[in-house]
Amino acid sequence: MAKVHFTDFEGATQVIEANTGDSIMETAVRNGLEGILGECGGSLSCATCHVFVAPQDLETLEPMEEMEDEMLYGTAMDREENSRLSCQIKMCEGQELHVTTPETQV
Amino acid sequence: MSAQILSPSLAGAEASATGTATGLLIIGASQSGVQLAISLRALGYTEHITLLGDEDHRPYQRPALSKEFLQDKVGSESLIFRSNEYWIEHNITLVKGERIESLDAQPDGSGTAMGRSGNSYRYTRLALTVGARPRLFEAPGNDLHGVVYLRNADDALKLKALAPGATDVVVIGGGFIGLEAASSLQAMGKKVTVIEYGPRLVGRAVGEETSEYFLAQHTARGLDIRIGGRIEKIIDDGQGAVRSVRLESGEEIPAQVVLIGIGVIPNTQLGEKLGLKIDNGIVVDKHAIASDGHTIVVGDVANMPNPVPGAPADERIRLESVNNAVEHAKVAAYSLMGQREAYAGIPWFWSNQANMKLQIAGLSMGFDATVKRELPEKGKFTVLYYRGGQIIAADCVNAPLDFMAVKQALAAGKNIDPYAASNPATLLKTLIA
Repeated sequence: MAKVHFTDFEGATQVIEANTGDSIMETAVRNGLEGILGECGGSLSCATCHVFVAPQDLETLEPMEEMEDEMLYGTAMDREENSRLSCQIKMCEGQELHVTTPETQV
Repeated sequence: MSAQILSPSLAGAEASATGTATGLLIIGASQSGVQLAISLRALGYTEHITLLGDEDHRPYQRPALSKEFLQDKVGSESLIFRSNEYWIEHNITLVKGERIESLDAQPDGSGTAMGRSGNSYRYTRLALTVGARPRLFEAPGNDLHGVVYLRNADDALKLKALAPGATDVVVIGGGFIGLEAASSLQAMGKKVTVIEYGPRLVGRAVGEETSEYFLAQHTARGLDIRIGGRIEKIIDDGQGAVRSVRLESGEEIPAQVVLIGIGVIPNTQLGEKLGLKIDNGIVVDKHAIASDGHTIVVGDVANMPNPVPGAPADERIRLESVNNAVEHAKVAAYSLMGQREAYAGIPWFWSNQANMKLQIAGLSMGFDATVKRELPEKGKFTVLYYRGGQIIAADCVNAPLDFMAVKQALAAGKNIDPYAASNPATLLKTLIA
């Protein structure tokens, strides 16, 4: 098991348990979290699972690939230094991550 | 979590709906049916919802069936739309494995649906999210063991079960499904031949330049593609299974699996029973309401006014895509709440084939000019479509920045200068005006 702390754009936080190996996007969508859509099911095609990763967590993640980097220029809310597409972040056993969701994904 | 797509267990969410009345009965536990239920709850809809589907699976996402799921890169659990808890908490009853065979509808939009199981379902409002079914391939041998279609999870499971025993696969149909599956099967080590009846690949969805690009790319990656291929029959191995596919030219192509992907037919049967207007799908107005003024119809089955801003009035379209299922369902959810909202956003599509990620923004129908942008060393390829000097669509391969820029321009009702855009080094978003 792993845990993701989701904070929405208004500051409300929810903690959701994630299955090891699932992405943050899958974890959010399956539990009906508003704020992450993931329309394309994680195939890096839609840029509707944009999150801002807490700075202390960001450096623990694998660097993003070029495709994700390009897709992030097309998110509904402008990207920032700590932007990622949450379908590309897979949870490891025991991992605990903190992300903030943007006001809108489309 | 060990739950399978196939798992029959659904705990409390699967309580019997028989005899009890529901507020909204959604027939079709599809992308659009699921989205309609979710959007309604997000908007504060308080009536009970029953989401009924004819498959034995919990509602799941289809796109990966021809790609990651087929190749065992994702498991069945990751296709599931929502956890069981979600449906229970949101007062949405799921009914699986049930097919509605007849409807007794009242003038106020309420009625009773009779299922094949013998159960009946009373409702105050009805939504049809019944989708489409694969077009059958009419040729001798089409019922042999090894002949498969690819529309739902059972199809994908059948194909996955057949794949280990096959070295040669023939794919009939060079559209999205055919090419995605062909690429997946090739990646699984099969020798794959694609037979396309028409004059080019993906002829219904992309322009000629994009078709040519995919033909060249797939051929270079080792797919054997036969454009304008004419099939005489699928040949039996003598034991009821496929041995090969014979073309009218006399050539015989070995195959232990034949995958058919030649398009779909909208499921209008229930709409016909209700007396709704039918024309290439069930006809709806821009608020997803059918001709009886009550029935909500969403997704692949709905023939709707072209939702793109600036499209010719009276132009109609039936879209088969995830994006449309989602956006159309949102429009319908507002209609059920008594509000009238317009379709939001620009239709878009994607298709992943081998290492090519195609993203299409807008609808290219009616285009009169194109601009090609290509960076071969980066595997990037874009075609921009113009009508009367105005950009209306783009096909983008491995070029998300182009895709996003065109989507943005279309949403804002703006243009992209075609002459400046022909330089592939220029960022399109700097040209939006």
